[in-house]
Amino acid sequence: MSYLEHNTKFVPTGLSKIWYLNWPVIMLLMAIAGFGFLMLYSVAGGSGTPWMEPQMKRFALGMVLMIAVAMVPIWFWRNMAFVAFGGSLLLLVGVEFFGEIRQGAQRWINLGFMRLQPSELTKITLVMFLAAYYDWLPNNRTSHPLWVALPVLFILAPVALVLNQPDLGTSLLLLMGGATVMFLAGVHWAYFATVIGAGVGAIVAVFQSRGTSWQMLKDYQFRRIDTFLDPANDPLNAGYHITQAKIALGSGGWTGRGYMQGTQSRLNFLPEKHTDFIFTTLAEEFGFVGAFTLLTLYLLVVLFCIVSALGNRDRFASLLTLGIAMTFFLFFSVNMAMVTGLAPVVGVPLPLVSYGGSAMLVLLVAFGLVQSAHVHRPR
Amino acid sequence: MKRLPKDALESARTIGRRALVMGGVQLGIVGALGYQLRSMQVEQADKFRLLAEENRINIRLLPPARGLIFDRNGIVIADNEQNYRVVMVREDAGDIGEVLAKLTELVDIAPDDLARAMEEMGDRLPFVPVTIADRLSWEDVAQINLNTPALPGITAEVGLSRVYPWGADLAHVVGYVGPVSDYDLSRIDDQDPLLQIPRFQIGKTGTENKLEHTLRGSAGNRQIEVTAVGRVMRELDRQEGIPGKDVQLTIDSRLQSYVQARLDGESAGAVVIDLASGDLRAIGSAPSFDPNLFVRGISTTDWTGLNEDKYRPLAAKAVQGTYPPGSTFKMVAALAAMEDGVVAPDETVYCPGFTDVFNIRFHCWKGGGHGNINLHESLKQSCDCYYYDIAQRVGIDKMAVMARKLGLGIKHDLPLSAVAAGLAPDKAWKASVRGEDWRIGDTVNASIGQGYVLASPLQLAVMTARIATGREITPRLIRLIDGVEQPSGLGESLGINENTLRRVRASMNDVCNHRRGTAYGSRIMADEYRMAGKTGTSQVRRITPEERAAGVTKNEDLPWERRDHALFVGFAPYDNPRYAVSVVVEHGGGGSRAAAPIARDIILQAQYGGPPPLDAYPASARERIAEQQRRIERRVPPGSTVSGRA
Repeated sequence: MSYLEHNTKFVPTGLSKIWYLNWPVIMLLMAIAGFGFLMLYSVAGGSGTPWMEPQMKRFALGMVLMIAVAMVPIWFWRNMAFVAFGGSLLLLVGVEFFGEIRQGAQRWINLGFMRLQPSELTKITLVMFLAAYYDWLPNNRTSHPLWVALPVLFILAPVALVLNQPDLGTSLLLLMGGATVMFLAGVHWAYFATVIGAGVGAIVAVFQSRGTSWQMLKDYQFRRIDTFLDPANDPLNAGYHITQAKIALGSGGWTGRGYMQGTQSRLNFLPEKHTDFIFTTLAEEFGFVGAFTLLTLYLLVVLFCIVSALGNRDRFASLLTLGIAMTFFLFFSVNMAMVTGLAPVVGVPLPLVSYGGSAMLVLLVAFGLVQSAHVHRPR
Repeated sequence: MKRLPKDALESARTIGRRALVMGGVQLGIVGALGYQLRSMQVEQADKFRLLAEENRINIRLLPPARGLIFDRNGIVIADNEQNYRVVMVREDAGDIGEVLAKLTELVDIAPDDLARAMEEMGDRLPFVPVTIADRLSWEDVAQINLNTPALPGITAEVGLSRVYPWGADLAHVVGYVGPVSDYDLSRIDDQDPLLQIPRFQIGKTGTENKLEHTLRGSAGNRQIEVTAVGRVMRELDRQEGIPGKDVQLTIDSRLQSYVQARLDGESAGAVVIDLASGDLRAIGSAPSFDPNLFVRGISTTDWTGLNEDKYRPLAAKAVQGTYPPGSTFKMVAALAAMEDGVVAPDETVYCPGFTDVFNIRFHCWKGGGHGNINLHESLKQSCDCYYYDIAQRVGIDKMAVMARKLGLGIKHDLPLSAVAAGLAPDKAWKASVRGEDWRIGDTVNASIGQGYVLASPLQLAVMTARIATGREITPRLIRLIDGVEQPSGLGESLGINENTLRRVRASMNDVCNHRRGTAYGSRIMADEYRMAGKTGTSQVRRITPEERAAGVTKNEDLPWERRDHALFVGFAPYDNPRYAVSVVVEHGGGGSRAAAPIARDIILQAQYGGPPPLDAYPASARERIAEQQRRIERRVPPGSTVSGRA
């Protein structure tokens, strides 16, 4: 694509593009990150170290990257989609051989100045690549079996690699993100119905496999599912995390126990309180009001992205915007469902709030793509 | 590829429709999340708040101070002592080895304790205080406090622990406390949460045990905030417990100490009763032990030593030992017969030196016999044949009734461990327990306190007290509980003919103060302190006819455990009795030789309230007594910290 493909009346150029950024989204992202800084300060016991200050620096870097990505025309990124996706698949393969093993999973590549998690990167590049694919594909072929099988393979390749790390949570997120782009591009309903039916069948099969020689999930993954189904059954071991998280969340009440007054987090009853379970600290200290406010901020980000996509006549731009919005949505909704006991503990961080470098940088770069799509939309 | 405008429009419409579907699904999911948040944080908030509070708040018990035990003069006999210990917090100490090395330079710490502490520190989380050494002196603590900067992680703490200043002298009366054991918990039905405190000390024997609930007090508590791993963050609330109630005993600890000293070297029991109130002034049992050993946790060596000692230092012989009372029982037989009217006081019985009952011959202790003898002479000279005769006339059942009336064969209710009931046998007892008929020979044996009759020194003292006063005196050990006076032991009249009693007492007077009395050697010279009493010698072996023909083996020639028990009961002053005393020396030989002198010394000490002047003794004994008094003055019993004792 370029402006040449559309009838354009007006084209922002140079630094004036800054005025055409999607500012509401930027404000919302900053507000969400602000919540994160508050909470990281609180869980450190009222200290900027070890979490809040590095997180602020990385957020600043991420914002700069986001603006920089936004300045580059969207068609450049479309042309880069294949390279980006290919590169992240290579990294995923590389992590099999050179990755660092932490907490029982092989997920990280040490780049020296930071540890990169290729699966994070893949969430975005997969969406990018699929958006580019459907931009290229003529409309009448969208639901053709052959042209459906191809993107399915593109999705399953990284899913299989990530599942092998093993990282069940991220592979499910990849699967759902990819499927969302296919759905948005207009692939026929029947495919989705079939896949969902098959998925339910597969889940049944996975549970049936337990304890047999062809067991499909690791024991710890089964245990997490058990724990999810009945956390009280094993309150001091596997269920401890989720039980304590629910206590923290529930004890917040309407308005919370007060900033830095949450006993569950301050007295270390909460697990991983600065990463995956940070939402429980927030809910404990700011109560329902705080938790619901954050939820609303997240939802508004998604809604602003949808509005931006609907106003964009360009197929790649709107598919990319919606795909990234969906990925973002999956992040926070799975995390919240996990800590409220609605979903099993799969290890998904709360976007922009949980402490963690590469996830935030990748996410902000993704929003840079959304901004680029917004700035360079045909007017 | 370039798209046709129509195509592009259609594509945008498709994306728009599907985007709305996606947005709708997302809204639905956010709604579900919001609903879940609301249900947890609003509807179930109270439940989760409670769980959070349970997480963070721990309740620790605060042990109350145990009640003190005083003697009748207000002298402490069971005290609480400040107990200093050093504790170490691993994470504050840095280099543990270095800190401990510095500590051992300042304070003597046993290598065992150090090794145990090191091991415990390895097992515990780094912030848990571990006791390095216990029972330090104040000087040690001062040393540690002075060097605090050089000893990171080391602090001195103070607690209370039980101490018995009189050591072995009151061990059998006060008993001792010790850490509560699983066995204790299984045996006693007590829901007191204090018992769940590790090493909480409870009374194990004696009054410490019997008055446990009075002395213990009730727990206070402190609410503390803890982290998930149990680190204490701060104290939220504190309620002090209610200290245990103080108890005052009737024991006179100085007299008690004297009794123990006088019994030293024997295996014996002795009891002193105050006739005005039934107060037990002293309950001596020898040998004794240091109760403080048990508080600290007794070593295996000490424990084995105490347990295997053939003189049984752990047994409170004065209340739990029972012995055939021998001739001290003759007052019972005499009173039973006189009260029944089968014998008149002046009636004489002929003593040829033996009595034949059917075909069994019962001997008098005096081979040649006493000739014609009445009540007065029979007691004074302790003639056996007189009692063989009157006992057959009055019968065992009436003798048993009299024995119980005088406090034998019944269990006196005292807060001491294993108070013995003794035995005043009768026909029904033998039929039910032994399943045999009572024989006339049993009566004859019982008349001189042999055979089935058993009594403890306590019971013999009660018997003497009742004979001396004619009233139903019951022994009393507790004078005050928390300042409240306990009922006196001075009872109503026993209803025994006063004239008969007077004759018995007069005869007991002659036992001590008549030249032919069996305890004449142990008389008291000072008239206003004169003692009356009765000796007893009870056999623990049967003398065969062959042995009797060849001449009875002397006690000195027998092994210790086959020698006779020596007994003496007495009261003083004869004219206006104030104290009754009983002494039993296990396998001591004759009562007049082994028991009477001890009883005399004790009752003199009681009457004078301290060491009596030498002219209270017969002239011939004074030199020996002076030496004995010096020896007793120098004596320090095991575990005692009292200075200036009697």
